[in-house]
Amino acid sequence: MNRKTLELWVGLFVAIGLLALAMLAFKVGNLTTADVLNSYRIKARFENIGGLKVKSAVTMAGVRIGRVSEVSFDSVRYQAVVTMDIDGRYKTIPTDTSATILTAGLLGEQYVGLEPGADEVYMKDGETIRLTQSALVLEKLIGQFLFNQAAGGDKGK
Amino acid sequence: MERALETIARLGRTFLAAIERLGRATFFLYEVVIATRPLARRFFLVMQQVYAVGVLTLLIILVSGLFVGMVLGLQGYNTLVKFGSEQTLGLLVALSLVRELGPVVTALLFAGRAGSALTAEIGLMKATEQLAGMEMMAVNPITRVIAPRFLGGILAMPLLAALFSAIGVLGGHLVGVGLLGVDAGAFWSQMQGSVDFYDDIVNGVIKSVVFGVVCTWIAVFEGYDAVPTSEGVARATNRTVVYSSLSVLALDFILTALMLGEI
Repeated sequence: MNRKTLELWVGLFVAIGLLALAMLAFKVGNLTTADVLNSYRIKARFENIGGLKVKSAVTMAGVRIGRVSEVSFDSVRYQAVVTMDIDGRYKTIPTDTSATILTAGLLGEQYVGLEPGADEVYMKDGETIRLTQSALVLEKLIGQFLFNQAAGGDKGK
Repeated sequence: MERALETIARLGRTFLAAIERLGRATFFLYEVVIATRPLARRFFLVMQQVYAVGVLTLLIILVSGLFVGMVLGLQGYNTLVKFGSEQTLGLLVALSLVRELGPVVTALLFAGRAGSALTAEIGLMKATEQLAGMEMMAVNPITRVIAPRFLGGILAMPLLAALFSAIGVLGGHLVGVGLLGVDAGAFWSQMQGSVDFYDDIVNGVIKSVVFGVVCTWIAVFEGYDAVPTSEGVARATNRTVVYSSLSVLALDFILTALMLGEI
């Protein structure tokens, strides 16, 4: 086999190999949405974050606008502090925005949903969201439900 | 008594021989790595080997990848549909391929198709005294014969694994979306939502590079170390496939444990 044909075949092989890798990166993986460009950080305190993890999505109106970059515990106030990286393109988040921990589907993973307020002053880097609502813990909910059932049953007698 | 002692002595001999062989293989690897330096100026030699171990292995990799992906789609669908979550089929197919099956099955096929050919070729070169002939002409056979093959295998392996995974995902798509009626949008979005570039794809590539090094190392060492007879070459080829497969499977466990960080 002469040199030219060999180089052609090897070139073709390398090209489709790299193409496959690119497909895995962009089509299968989430490289395009993973890196948030020139992001800024905001914080929120929650009583209970449920199953929220680092890299969980932060959404507003259902659109992913950032991700959770750090989860820590405040041992003075016994609260969870969630730090979020918000995409730099979305700079107009009102200061009275509320944050809720939601679940995608019944058994899906948890994410932070931001509900915009009406304030015309916007959040800056490092600020904290004041209005928060904790994650729904299924066990607590079931416990409450059972308790109500039992109480209701007594009344019925 | 005599016989028992002889058995114990034989055990010791076998063990010492195995250790000695491992040591030789390590020195050999060191020599080969040193010998890859002059190849920068004679890259055509490496390219020839990328053709031999990469391009010629392409067909078996693509066909196997397609079928593995299709089987994953079929099996995954049948289990997931019981929980009413057949939408996550894309995620199941992509994660199993990118993390595990892509690198591992590619490495096994690579050992069988390319590794055995490498061993047989080098072993035959030794048996017909071509390697000795090169040394007579002051050409270092490790630089001229072994190092290009080693480098070619390492370069080809990650590309083959990426191709295997990519075509497997397409195979899963073919069966899941085309045949079983999973929603195409859910198939891709579930996949993109949970497959992480660094945790899953890059780790898969790292695995395939490690497997590439180990498989080609075993193949060229077995060839170079073969007993220079036709029987010796046959045995060396056999050993290449067995050792490569076992090391790939064992290393896969270790690498997975390290990457998941559970141990």
